[in-house]
Amino acid sequence: MRIERIFADKNKKRKIRVDPLNLCHPRSNHAQSKRELIMTNNNYAIEARGLNIYYDDFLAVRDVNLKIEARKITAIIGPSGCGKSTMLRAFNRMNELVPSAWAKGEVLYHGENIYAPDVDPVEVRRRIGMVFQKPNPFPKSIYENVAWGARINGYRGNMDELVEQSLRGAAIWDEVKDKLDQSGLSLSGGQQQRLCIARTIAIKPDIILMDEPASALDPIATLKIEELMHELSKEFTIIVVTHNMQQAARVSDFTAFFNLGEDRAGVLEEYDKTNKLFTNPAKQTTEDYITGRFG
Amino acid sequence: MMKTLTPRETFDRQLAELKDQLLVLGSMVEQMTLDAVDALKRRDIEAARNAYAYDQQINAKRFEIESTCITIIATQQPLARDLRLLASVLEVATELERMGDYAKGVARICLLMKDNPPIKPITDLPRMAEITTDMLRRALGAFVAGDAEQAAQIPQDDDAVDDLYNQINRVLLTYMMADPATIDRANYLTWAAHNLERMADRVTNICERTIYIVTGEMKELDRSDDEISKT
Repeated sequence: MRIERIFADKNKKRKIRVDPLNLCHPRSNHAQSKRELIMTNNNYAIEARGLNIYYDDFLAVRDVNLKIEARKITAIIGPSGCGKSTMLRAFNRMNELVPSAWAKGEVLYHGENIYAPDVDPVEVRRRIGMVFQKPNPFPKSIYENVAWGARINGYRGNMDELVEQSLRGAAIWDEVKDKLDQSGLSLSGGQQQRLCIARTIAIKPDIILMDEPASALDPIATLKIEELMHELSKEFTIIVVTHNMQQAARVSDFTAFFNLGEDRAGVLEEYDKTNKLFTNPAKQTTEDYITGRFG
Repeated sequence: MMKTLTPRETFDRQLAELKDQLLVLGSMVEQMTLDAVDALKRRDIEAARNAYAYDQQINAKRFEIESTCITIIATQQPLARDLRLLASVLEVATELERMGDYAKGVARICLLMKDNPPIKPITDLPRMAEITTDMLRRALGAFVAGDAEQAAQIPQDDDAVDDLYNQINRVLLTYMMADPATIDRANYLTWAAHNLERMADRVTNICERTIYIVTGEMKELDRSDDEISKT
């Protein structure tokens, strides 16, 4: 097994350009200087293989082997502290923002290890975007929120078109088309979250990671996000971490149940089609968790 | 200080109460079946009327169980085995209500026959009712206990019910052939026997639900198709 100690490698002080909002465009010089990730036809969009994630000496996620189906919604569920978000962040090297975090094993994106030393994390995050729990629009206009990322990366196409297309894609165009110059912060929580999704899809990613995308929203806004996820899954692969099991059951095609092992490390307990996992799980621990007997 | 229940304990308690209610409905159906057949045997019109009217209480109990079930589904959002159990309770309550209808049918036959003398002493029908209600009692016991093994065994007793049904049919047929004037009365008894035979089949459906709750597998336990393919 190839083993890389990629995070917090103090001896090697690699200069990693961090781009948490994955706003870098592939046309940027930075991206071109690195090897571009090659797209291949595969039913799996991304795959974790023997993945262990640590925070210093603490093993947070142990030996995960998980294949994520392309253009499907995969939900990650599990009790608090089982490494769901850590696992999600591993899919686009977002854990590198945490100084003590490091990993062993591989994450294969279209067959290529995203943790290979010569892969540019910025490129990884452009291909694999992320939407966070709390909507985090920039304190700029709605238009700029969507356009900015593409612009700073040298996007030369029709910007108005890209903004409209992205806002339509995020099912918020009709609500904001007459006030594109207003601040993104003037929108409601649910609208802000959809604006952040528009910002993410403006960069044309392949996979969208969502970390509790609706947990800060009311039921109506939650439903809109869920409908949007369903729409987006026609074009994008979505991996969503959620505490809300009904949400996982409603929106996802596949569900991965993570649990705490005896040594407090998160382990992938069961992974199956959502319909199967929520009606007749294979493992007793899954059954106990989803029926509220622990967690 | 009083001990407060955790949400899961509350849910478990709701499920236990629901199972109790299902057992109550089962015992109501059992009693009604035995009463109806006994009324038919003794030609007791009053008892038949009571059994006939008792169906309304069974229907009401079924609605009560269904309503409780729907409230639990809405408030607890059950999953996995809990979900399979609740979906099965809805199904079993329906089966029991239909079995009540069959028993009502037997009571109705008693009322329709009025003072007409019985074609022959009624001996096999009570035996059929006895086996069927015994199957029902054991099937519900296995259902609430989640005993798939026992549930898989019970439908085998259906053979005895089928044998009695065939025997009753044969005997009544000979009466009808010998004297066409008996056709009406013989038909009534065939009808009653048929109702009891159907009840036993519905017990099999309850057993299938028990297996579904335990294993998650929807499996047919009815072996009547095998019999047809053998002939």
